[in-house]
Amino acid sequence: MPTLTINGQEHELDVPDDMPLLWVLRDVVRLTGTKFGCGVALCGACTVHVDGRPIRSCIAPVSSVVGKKITTVEAIGDTPSGEKIQRAWLDIEVVQCGYCQSGQIMSAAALLESNPSPTDSEIDAAMSGNICRCGTYPRIRAAIKQASQSG
Amino acid sequence: MLHRCSDDDKEDQKGLSRRTFLITGVAAGGGLMLGVCFTRSRGAKAQTGEETFEPNAFVRIQPDGSITLVMPQVEMGQGTYTSMSMLIAEELEVELDEVGLEAAPPNDKLYKNPLIGFQVTGGSTSVPGFWEPLRRAGATARVMLIEAAASQWQVEPAACRAEKGEVVSPAGERLSYGALVGAAAKLSVPQNVTLKSPKDFTLIGTPAKRLDTPEKVDGKAKFGIDAMIPGMTFATVSACPVFGGKLKSVDDSKAMALKGVRQVVRLDDAVAVVGDHMWTAMQGLSALDIEWDKGPNADVTTESIVQQMARASEKEGALARSDGDFAKAIPNAAKKIDAVYEMPFLAHAAMEPMNCTVNVTKDSCDIWVGIQVATRAQTTAAEVTGLPPEKIRVHNYLLGGGFGRRLDVDGITQAVAIAKQVDGPVKVVWSREEDIQHDVYRPYYYDRFTAGLDAQNQLVAYHHRVTGSSILARWAPPAFVKGLDEDAVNGAAKEFPYAIPNILVDYVRDEPPGLTTGWWRGVGPTHNIFVVESFIDELAAATKTDPVAFRRSMLAEQPRVLGVLDLAAEKAGWGSPLPDGVGRGVSVQFAMGTYISQIAEVEVTKDGEVKVRRVVCAVDCGQIVNPDTIVAQIEGGIIFGISAVLWGEITIEGGRVEQTNFNDYRVLRINETPTIEVYLVKNEEAPGGIGEPGTVGIAPAVTNAIFATTGRRIRKLPIKSQFGPE
Repeated sequence: MPTLTINGQEHELDVPDDMPLLWVLRDVVRLTGTKFGCGVALCGACTVHVDGRPIRSCIAPVSSVVGKKITTVEAIGDTPSGEKIQRAWLDIEVVQCGYCQSGQIMSAAALLESNPSPTDSEIDAAMSGNICRCGTYPRIRAAIKQASQSG
Repeated sequence: MLHRCSDDDKEDQKGLSRRTFLITGVAAGGGLMLGVCFTRSRGAKAQTGEETFEPNAFVRIQPDGSITLVMPQVEMGQGTYTSMSMLIAEELEVELDEVGLEAAPPNDKLYKNPLIGFQVTGGSTSVPGFWEPLRRAGATARVMLIEAAASQWQVEPAACRAEKGEVVSPAGERLSYGALVGAAAKLSVPQNVTLKSPKDFTLIGTPAKRLDTPEKVDGKAKFGIDAMIPGMTFATVSACPVFGGKLKSVDDSKAMALKGVRQVVRLDDAVAVVGDHMWTAMQGLSALDIEWDKGPNADVTTESIVQQMARASEKEGALARSDGDFAKAIPNAAKKIDAVYEMPFLAHAAMEPMNCTVNVTKDSCDIWVGIQVATRAQTTAAEVTGLPPEKIRVHNYLLGGGFGRRLDVDGITQAVAIAKQVDGPVKVVWSREEDIQHDVYRPYYYDRFTAGLDAQNQLVAYHHRVTGSSILARWAPPAFVKGLDEDAVNGAAKEFPYAIPNILVDYVRDEPPGLTTGWWRGVGPTHNIFVVESFIDELAAATKTDPVAFRRSMLAEQPRVLGVLDLAAEKAGWGSPLPDGVGRGVSVQFAMGTYISQIAEVEVTKDGEVKVRRVVCAVDCGQIVNPDTIVAQIEGGIIFGISAVLWGEITIEGGRVEQTNFNDYRVLRINETPTIEVYLVKNEEAPGGIGEPGTVGIAPAVTNAIFATTGRRIRKLPIKSQFGPE
């Protein structure tokens, strides 16, 4: 019976060890901000932070994140980078349908955390695992730049 | 997202601003309120009682001054919630953030899309269709509130004005809308109200922040897949991979032995596993031993479909346009040019996989889903359950991308059939693989062209024959008349902008065995503008004329087309030098009421890699409602189109789709995205659509650019099939 620390709260869960974190978050803990997109780590919609690093929760067995700090989009605004990213996302009007944006924001917040002033190519490298079918990429790029310059 | 009603409003005011959208789904202690919200009757007359002012089906004002727009259109990223609210708020003279939203219930009579004839969000019609009805709804409410106040003050209504949610008397007295609700509700509804003149607009045409964004950046927004109903189970499904096949047998002993697997549901053509959560359902599904009866389409391949289509394209089709006399003119042409173009089947691959949550009981059926056609969802559920339509409640959610996929209700039909066999609510979610392999596909098209040039290189005769599936014949049969599908020729016939003395356009319907075809962003024009603008480019090259100049020479009577073409050419620096290996290509279009010209700069590397570097797009969509949304829709539409032109292709082998996920159905990523510049033309023409037109003309701009730099004409999409490494 794994115990997970999600957004600062401990959850004791009756789930199989091999169950991907994505489904634990969505169907058991009922944090639905993290999205299912492809199931095989191709699209990035399910991105969450584990000990501050971005991972694809659709392929991360729950056993691999026991004892680690899991942060989802619901709590990313409590971190300085996450807050900056969310603010820039609103300011630049990045979002269209919004389905992939949880994952985009988690990848972008992780980038800013590890690299406060990313170049265009560093943004591309960090964000190329996140698909957006609405085509918000130009605004994602602009928003990350703006967030990196904001105080 | 919806403004929740009744008790939930208290909760709203506690934690969130009233403006915050709330979903009709289940929140803590909330319960489903959609049914409750719509128990009040809505007629053309003002409703009395309960002190609510409802002059029409769209506007409701309560004594506390809260204003609700009953929203006929769904939000799938296109910004409709904001633009529709702007139309109401403009005429009602309130701030945009004073308008709350509530999704309209399924009701074709009250909430039909005026341009389509029933309740549907599609075809880039929300602003063009509701431009007048929603302004009129707001204006009617305003006029009645003014009349109520004027009567109280005993002054002439014409001497009063509405301003920021209040009526102001000639003496400067003020009454809030909330205070006037009771009196206004007793007045008869005026039939003709005067709408504001565009010069008096304070909201329309000015940039407005999208209303749905805040909850989309912190995970609170609820899409259909996020519906959580107390006591629900989770299911995933496998339909027969071969189109038209049936379920023969299934051994579920291994699946049923898994912890958390509850039930295996058998349908005629599919099998579903129900579990405690999606993961157990997925595990259960892969543990099934399924035998399919492949049915009549087991030998269908892309090749067999195209062969059938090529043969069909040899016979005369239903006439779509005939000007002059092509048959007479073509033998006299000094030069004759023929071409055949082909476009592939495409999947939608919206980021939110197909899903639907259903609870069927003895006498009711609740459906939680994001759908572009709410009444059709209700109808199919009534058919599957045998319940009358009024017993079917549709709770419409945000859509995680539509692009046309959610104009079909096949997923709802299937989910209701599964739920009929399950106790309690069940959420059916398709895997990405299921989503790609059981889409309704953009049709494969096969286009034949013949053109005749005279001795002066003037285009004097032009024939275009479109061959392909008719989506309309399946989706809206009455619209398919005398063998002609108006959508299949949209962009090629009536909307074809070039002046040519002898034009003939016809259409041959040819259905691929087994596959269902459906709407895909840009619909008919996405197909026709590619083939037309490519062929026109071929003719420019054949006459050794500059592609912009060649187009201009046939557009003298099309000032708005010329306007966007000239603007795009100027902004793109048409004619200025480019590095080696880089070319420019142009397209023009009139589609969904909007004029666009795109110019793409494309690089083809020595090893055959195609990179779109820059796209310049000039847009004349008439009256602008929310300018930034227009820019965003164009940017996104272009990116959607680039995925398709470079890589998009669904292929068939053994009667089934070969692609499975984003590894083999490749879509554009951020590192592959060009710089996109969008320029808007400002005027007061009737507003055109904007959700789809960006996708329409990007393909020919890209392929014409490839021709400009390589001399190779792309007559078959996607490009990946013709240039070196992917």
